[in-house]
Amino acid sequence: MNREMLFEIRNIDFSYGKNKVVNNLSLAIEPGKFYGIVGPNGCGKTTFLDLVVRNREPQSGTIRYRGQDIRAYSGRKLARDISLVPQDFYIKFPFTVREVVLMGRHPYISRFASPSAEDLKIADDAMRKAGVDEFRNKYITELSGGEKQRVVFARALAQNTSVLILDEGTSNMDIRHTLNILDIVADGVKLKKRTVIAVMHNLHLAAAYCDNLIFMRSGRITSEGSVDEVLNEQNIKDAFEVDSRVYFDRYSNSRQVIFKRGRPDEGKNI
Amino acid sequence: MIKKTGVGSPPGAGVQTFLLIILLFAVIILSAGMGYIKIPPLDVVWIVISQITGNHELSGGVNNVFPYVVLEVRLPRILTAAIVGAGLSIAGVIFQGILLNPLADPYTLGVSAGAAFGASIALLFDLAFLGIYSVPLFAFIGAVATLFAVTSLSSSDGRISPINLILSGIIVSAILSAGISFLKYVADEQVSIIIFWLMGSFGSKTWTDVFLTVLFVSIGFLICLFFSRDLNIISSGDRSAASLGIETNKVRMLLLITASLIADVCVSVSGIIGFVGLIVPHLMRFAVGADNRKLVPASALVGAILLLSADTITRAVLPSEIPIGVLTALIGGPFFIYIFKRKRT
Repeated sequence: MNREMLFEIRNIDFSYGKNKVVNNLSLAIEPGKFYGIVGPNGCGKTTFLDLVVRNREPQSGTIRYRGQDIRAYSGRKLARDISLVPQDFYIKFPFTVREVVLMGRHPYISRFASPSAEDLKIADDAMRKAGVDEFRNKYITELSGGEKQRVVFARALAQNTSVLILDEGTSNMDIRHTLNILDIVADGVKLKKRTVIAVMHNLHLAAAYCDNLIFMRSGRITSEGSVDEVLNEQNIKDAFEVDSRVYFDRYSNSRQVIFKRGRPDEGKNI
Repeated sequence: MIKKTGVGSPPGAGVQTFLLIILLFAVIILSAGMGYIKIPPLDVVWIVISQITGNHELSGGVNNVFPYVVLEVRLPRILTAAIVGAGLSIAGVIFQGILLNPLADPYTLGVSAGAAFGASIALLFDLAFLGIYSVPLFAFIGAVATLFAVTSLSSSDGRISPINLILSGIIVSAILSAGISFLKYVADEQVSIIIFWLMGSFGSKTWTDVFLTVLFVSIGFLICLFFSRDLNIISSGDRSAASLGIETNKVRMLLLITASLIADVCVSVSGIIGFVGLIVPHLMRFAVGADNRKLVPASALVGAILLLSADTITRAVLPSEIPIGVLTALIGGPFFIYIFKRKRT
C-alpha cells in the first residue's frame, strides 16, 4: 500500500436505480496538488465528488483516505479535514452572511459552546479573503448568485481543512472574482500544502491553475495526469467530442486550448 | 436592513427572552382575571402564590369563589392554550427548517390530518375504553402512522428529500381529508361532535391536559434546542450539512419525529388550530433572524402569548365563544397574506 497517497480509490461503482453514473473508477490523489476534473454534463463528476467526501457511499469498491477506509472516520473528523463548495446552494432562510460563514466552524465548536475568539477571527479572515466582508451583516437571501457562491467559499475556507473540494465553485462569479478565488485556492495549495479537487467547466482556467487534470466521460476516467501530459486535442475529443487546438500560451504561461465554431455555416440554415 | 450584532450569544438575546417571559406571565395573569366573573390581577397573583406555597392565609382577603374559578376553571385552559401555542410554533420552526421551506407547517406533512382522522374514528365509533384518553390516543396513532407513511413514501435509497416529503405530505393529507369527509358523511348524529372537535377548542381543559402537554412540549423543546445548530446547517442544504460533519438523515429523522410528537399532542388536546405554526416562526425570523438557537425559544414564547391572547379574546371578550381554530385562521390568514405581500414588494 502506497502510504503517500491521500486518496486511493479502487474500482468504485455508483448507480441511481439502473443508471450507472460512476463505473469501475480507480484513482489515486496525491497530497498538495491542485486537481481539476473536466468532462461533459452528466458524466458523473458531481456524484464522484459526493463519493469522495462520503456524502454517498459507493455500491462496490473502496475509498481509502490517508491509508484508512474512509468509512472509519467520524463525520466530525472528516469535516475538519475535507471541505466542500457545492454546486447548488439554496438557502431560503434569512441567515446573515456572517452566520453562514461561521457555520464553517461547526466541526470545531462543541454543542453548547459559542464560537471562540479564534473561531471568529478565522471566519473574519475567510470573509476578507473571499471579498464578502463588506456585506457580512446582509442576509444571504438578498445576495446575487455569484455573491452567494463567494459566501459559501468563505465558509469552506473557515472550515480550514487540508482538502478542499470545489464543485464548479466559481460558476456564477464574474471573471475578477473567479480569478481572485482561484488565486486563493492555488495559494493554499502552494503555501499550505492543501489538496484541491475541483470540477471545472472552464478549460482555460483549468489549464492555467491545475497541476493535474482528470478527464471523465460516462462515469469513467478517460485520461489523467499533469496538465502538460494530458491536455491535448485527442483527450479533449475523447471526453467532449469536440475539435480543438492545444498550444503553449506565453501570456498565461500554460498550455491552452482554443475552439472554433462547430458549424460555421449555421447561419444559412435558419 | 436590520443590523445584527453577533452570532454566538448576542447581547440582546438574553434580555429579549427575559422580556418575553415577563410578558407571557403578565398575559397569563390578566387572562385568568378576565371572563364572566372579573377578578383583579393582584387577587390572581395572591391565589396562585398561596396555592404554590400552601399558605392559604395569603389569599385570605380574596372572595372565596375566586380561587376555585382561577385554579380549577381558568388556569388549566389558559396554560393549555399557552403550551399548545408554544408547541405548534416549535413544530413549525422545525418543519420549516427540515423541509427547507419557510412556508411549511405541521399540516404540510399531513401529521395533523392523520391526528384528526384518528380522532374522528374514535369520536365516530364512540370509542371510550380508555376514558378521556381515547381521543388523544387515536389522534396520536393516526399521526404516527401518517408520519411513517409519509417518510417511507418520500425516501429513496435511504435518503429523504425535502421536496418528496412535501409532495408525500400533500398526497397523504388529501387522502386523509377525503377519509374525514367520509367519516362525517356516515356519522349521522355524531357529526357535530367531530366537526366541533376539528374546529379546535380549549373549553373544559383539565390539569391532566396541562401536564400531558407540558411534558411532551418541554421534552420536545429541549431536543429541538439541542439540535438547533445542526438544523441551521441542514436548512442550508444536504451537501453542505454532510460536508460539515452532520449526520443529516439521523438528525432530520429525529427532529421530524420530535416535531410530529409535539404537533400530535397539541392537536389531540385542542383539535386543529391552524396558522400558529406557520405565522409565528415566520414573524420571529423578522425579529430575531434565522438562527434556530434564538428562533426556537423566541417562537415558543411568542406562540404561547399569541394563542393564549386569541383564546382569551374568544372566551372573555367576544359576546359568544367561537372555535379558536376558526379565530386563528380568520386573524392569521389575512395577516399572513399581508406580510407575504409586503415581503415580496
